[in-house]
Amino acid sequence: MGNFEFPWQYNFPPFFTLQPNADTRRKQLDAWRSLVLDYHRHNKQYTLDIAEAQSSDLFFNKSINRKLSLESINTVLEELRKTENLEWKDKSKKQCMIMWRSPAEWAKLIYQWVTNNGMNNTVCTIYELQNGDDTKDEDFHGLDSWLLDKALKLLVSQHKAETISYDGSDGVKFF
Amino acid sequence: MDRFAWTDGSLAHQEQIITHQNSVRLYDGDNKTNFDRGNLKLTSFRLIWTADKDKKCVISLSLSLVILLEEQGGGFNRSPKIILHLSAVDAYKPPGPIASSKHSFIKLSFQDGGKTEFYYALKDTLARRGWDLPAANKSPQKPPQKSIRTGIGGIEERLQQKHKDTDKDITQAFQDLSKLMNKAEEMVKLSKNLTQKIKDKRGEITDDETVQLKSYLLSLGVADPVTRETHGSGDTFYKELARQVSDVMTQPLQECGGIMPLSDVYCRMNRARGVEMLSPDDLVNACRLMSIMRLECRLQTFESGVMVLHLQEHSEDESLQDTVCRVESTGSLSADELARLIGLSVILSRERLLAAERKGELCRDDTAEGLRFYRNLFMTQ
Repeated sequence: MGNFEFPWQYNFPPFFTLQPNADTRRKQLDAWRSLVLDYHRHNKQYTLDIAEAQSSDLFFNKSINRKLSLESINTVLEELRKTENLEWKDKSKKQCMIMWRSPAEWAKLIYQWVTNNGMNNTVCTIYELQNGDDTKDEDFHGLDSWLLDKALKLLVSQHKAETISYDGSDGVKFF
Repeated sequence: MDRFAWTDGSLAHQEQIITHQNSVRLYDGDNKTNFDRGNLKLTSFRLIWTADKDKKCVISLSLSLVILLEEQGGGFNRSPKIILHLSAVDAYKPPGPIASSKHSFIKLSFQDGGKTEFYYALKDTLARRGWDLPAANKSPQKPPQKSIRTGIGGIEERLQQKHKDTDKDITQAFQDLSKLMNKAEEMVKLSKNLTQKIKDKRGEITDDETVQLKSYLLSLGVADPVTRETHGSGDTFYKELARQVSDVMTQPLQECGGIMPLSDVYCRMNRARGVEMLSPDDLVNACRLMSIMRLECRLQTFESGVMVLHLQEHSEDESLQDTVCRVESTGSLSADELARLIGLSVILSRERLLAAERKGELCRDDTAEGLRFYRNLFMTQ
């Protein structure tokens, strides 16, 4: 996993001040939105803790000593929520899931892998999907359980899979 | 009788009423006058007589004019009288009921008695010379008092003294100012005369000399200021004023980049006018008419409420472009840096930057060190 390459805006001081001009602000927030998603995709991170956000590289560029204010961070996250790339984990909005791929996209990706490997009508465990040797090269390897669960539920609703549990471990059967 | 003056009956500072008597008739010398029945008041400064019939008919005689008192007893069908011998008329005496009189004494005739009491009161008052007191009394007594008094009383007294001194200083200061105003008025008059003479003698003096003299006059002030007196009130006054402001300010505006805060304009206008001061309201009202009148100068109000006067040819686009170029060449600018670069006030520089930001040409970087502006790379890249 190489170093994440930040976009040019990251070194542009005004990027860290929310712009009052509506048009400019739109562009700025779009840039923030894609930065947050790219950053999480690159680092395969799925959750964001508000308390830690301000000190993370993502919102704090130490080289130019600019930091996005907490208020602005919330504005950016709200943007992400509007585009359904974010879901709050709790009501107090302290932690959130960053979905750089939507559950539907994940579901599609998983189902494709299943058909490509001829695993239709077989059962595999959730653990196998997340951490198994077979999925090592797949994007969904190491996918957050919460997100995986959402994706599988979507497949169930499409009648492409069925979740089963036995002996305390969860499994899934693809059709 | 010519020593009497009309008055409204109000008392002067430190003047006190000592006694009064009804039904008193005034005699001019030995002759009866029309002031036949009235109330006579004795104060520490004056005698004040008010007619019974007409309370607005009030005349007064300054006690300082009284040289000698004489009593005249009454008799059958004659009321007792007091005779007052008077000194010559004071040249600065306010107008009175009788302009001149050959008698240098008057008589007070007490028709309802009370003469004796009045006589002694008057004599006493004259002896005390109350009208001289305010000046004479203070100076010799004050200094020793000052050093003796201590405690709260002393402090209060000192404060009072301080107030008095400040009051005196202020009055003196304003006296100087009014003198200055008078002189300035003369100067304006002189310059007006000179202007008129130049007009009359056109041809005899060369154009160069005329221009030179006029420039001298202008450096003294506006030769012929527009005032409410000369140009009436309301619209005409404002229109003329607007024209004058525009004429006077065009050159200074050109010299300082085509734009100036209204406060500066106000100072410059009043400095140029010298005496006939403008009120801020008048200036604003006049400037509002400028765009309707299609004058050289225009009033502009920024969104922050700052008002400026700018030249008509000075277009906003141009200054916007200039601002953006300056920001681009330096990378980023704060309002005071821009002010230093283009020789404009910080407020106006800030307005320029904000205007450029509103147009989407610049974007801001708001940190603890202050507000800086950058090219709006969000829109261009």
